[in-house]
Amino acid sequence: MSNLLRQMFDKARIENRAALIGYLPAGFPNQGDSIKIIKNMVAGGVDAIEVGFPYSDPVMDGPVIQAASEQAIKNGAGVKQVFELLQATAQLDVPAMVMSYWSPIEKYGCANFAQMVSKMGGSGVITPDLTLEESSDWRQESQKNSIDNIYVVAPSTTDERLKKVCENCSGFVYAASLMGVTGARDAVSGNAKSLVERIRKITTTPVAVGLGVSNKGQAKEVAQYADGVIVGSAFIKIIQEHGSGRKGLKQIKQLANALSEGVRDAR
Amino acid sequence: MASDKKLENLDPTLVGHFGPYGGRFVPEALIAALDELSAAHASAQADPKFQAELAELHKSYTGRPSILTEATRFSEYAGGARIFLKREDLNHTGSHKINNVLGQALLTKRMGKKRIIAETGAGQHGVASATAAALFGLECVVYMGEADTKRQALNVARMKLLGATVVPVTQGSKTLKDAINEAMRDWVTNVATTHYLLGTVAGPHPFPTMVRDFQRIIGVEAKEQIISLTGKLPDAVLACVGGGSNAIGIFHPFIEDKSVRLIGLEAGGKGLETGLHASTISGGKPGVLHGTRSYVLQDSDGQTIESHSISAGLDYPGVGPEHAYLNDIGRAEYRSITDDQAMYAFSLLCKSEGIIPAIETAHALAGALEIGNELGRDSIILINLSGRGDKDVQTAAEYFGLPSK
Repeated sequence: MSNLLRQMFDKARIENRAALIGYLPAGFPNQGDSIKIIKNMVAGGVDAIEVGFPYSDPVMDGPVIQAASEQAIKNGAGVKQVFELLQATAQLDVPAMVMSYWSPIEKYGCANFAQMVSKMGGSGVITPDLTLEESSDWRQESQKNSIDNIYVVAPSTTDERLKKVCENCSGFVYAASLMGVTGARDAVSGNAKSLVERIRKITTTPVAVGLGVSNKGQAKEVAQYADGVIVGSAFIKIIQEHGSGRKGLKQIKQLANALSEGVRDAR
Repeated sequence: MASDKKLENLDPTLVGHFGPYGGRFVPEALIAALDELSAAHASAQADPKFQAELAELHKSYTGRPSILTEATRFSEYAGGARIFLKREDLNHTGSHKINNVLGQALLTKRMGKKRIIAETGAGQHGVASATAAALFGLECVVYMGEADTKRQALNVARMKLLGATVVPVTQGSKTLKDAINEAMRDWVTNVATTHYLLGTVAGPHPFPTMVRDFQRIIGVEAKEQIISLTGKLPDAVLACVGGGSNAIGIFHPFIEDKSVRLIGLEAGGKGLETGLHASTISGGKPGVLHGTRSYVLQDSDGQTIESHSISAGLDYPGVGPEHAYLNDIGRAEYRSITDDQAMYAFSLLCKSEGIIPAIETAHALAGALEIGNELGRDSIILINLSGRGDKDVQTAAEYFGLPSK
């Protein structure tokens, strides 16, 4: 596991809480403002950042991230902006990761991509549509460059398969809380807890839960059983509604604060 | 290129690959459903009862075997080559799409699912899916790019009449690729109750193999028919290629017959050199799209580039992985046909044979004009006449500037 991610989960464990992980697509709403948003997320208590690689065909994403990705691409976001933002985030002394669909990574070349993530100070890469079967090269390159390769598992993943995926996952296991796409939900799916319990039986690697967590209450609920809570769409929605000026940034920090209280109140 | 290295290192023990192409690039949430589908397909292929039921549907519902028509007047424009049309346009619902749809609808029943979703470009696959859903009493939701709902309004009405819900997709380029994205999102959410009835030989394993298996009947019949009519194998087999299901259907039974040239005609839009086309193999590069590795139209960041074609059914920036493989090993050739070439051939078939083809199919006909002249008089060309052009009457009328009243 990368040192920074290990330290983060260790620290959270000592403090008897879950870690809080935030997501933002690179170049959203534009490259200059995305780092401001991330700074406010971190200032508000977010422990680690996933920098999203905006992609033209995001089949795992709901309307909020779809719109954000489209806007980012329109404003020129691409691999350069992803690495730039990754580096700027890593310089904030939090674990910085890339979350990317496989197409952009394959296009860049998987060895080159892993090298660049490492060079920019990144801790790992989350690949939501890279199956275990297609990823032997990627695992090799991640290891070679000492970055974590993080898979997403789902409630429908069988125990047999869960074991194989978790054995090959490093940093943390990303547990999708529900069968569906990203975006805020009224309630956290009941499937999340049982999925985390199934993963616990297999591995000691930390488990972070994502999809559908958007407020303090939900963060608190998930933090009762998971090592990490991942929030994306809720941050993006603030910018979509209030812009990335002072008002929006203030609300980003407030949400980060509230979520951070949530992951601390849980246990 | 970096991705080429990746291709060499492919694990050959994996299923669902065609050389370096194919595979599964999908969220983990879908793996269980894809495994279930693979298993259902494999057991159905080996089950005589399933095969008999499908054969009966082909015969008494679709109207198979589809006939083979020699186009003697059209042949005069194709260097005198003998041109044989495999008449998939005469199938119930008007295209080859029904072959795959009936097979997958039976599989849906076999898996105990009650709801199907489908994507559609020209609307032919959507209509076929809605038809099968009505026949089997399944709920049916069809995703269709908003731009396509406008250029294929007749098919939207047909789907609705058949009881399906048509969802216009307003994201991205508002065409087939975005309809597939939306269908995938629905599937991830409702996978326990829903089968994604994908209409072409693309997508994650097992779709490319399964859809091919259901479309092979075109080539199996055509091979027998052409041999009985001419006493020999054809010199070339032609089909239009969007995702590639009608092409693989007619190509596949001829793959071992090395003397037979297999030629796919891709949509060239305004011309390859303009960048405004849908010629994925002729003008694209290997990459990953919609769960599979194949040729893709994409930029240097791996972002999909919008395709362009007068034909909604070919307007797709990807192509089935088996075509990518057949191209790379040199077993099949792929050429690009512009909108104008296709529309010329469209008009020619209307006036020389009294058959209005789908604009998709017209690309294959345009290819025959070229290839017939190359192969010369009395050579034998088999064309998959994949669909009829009723749905395209308005587009064609506009193209040719026919008065609307």
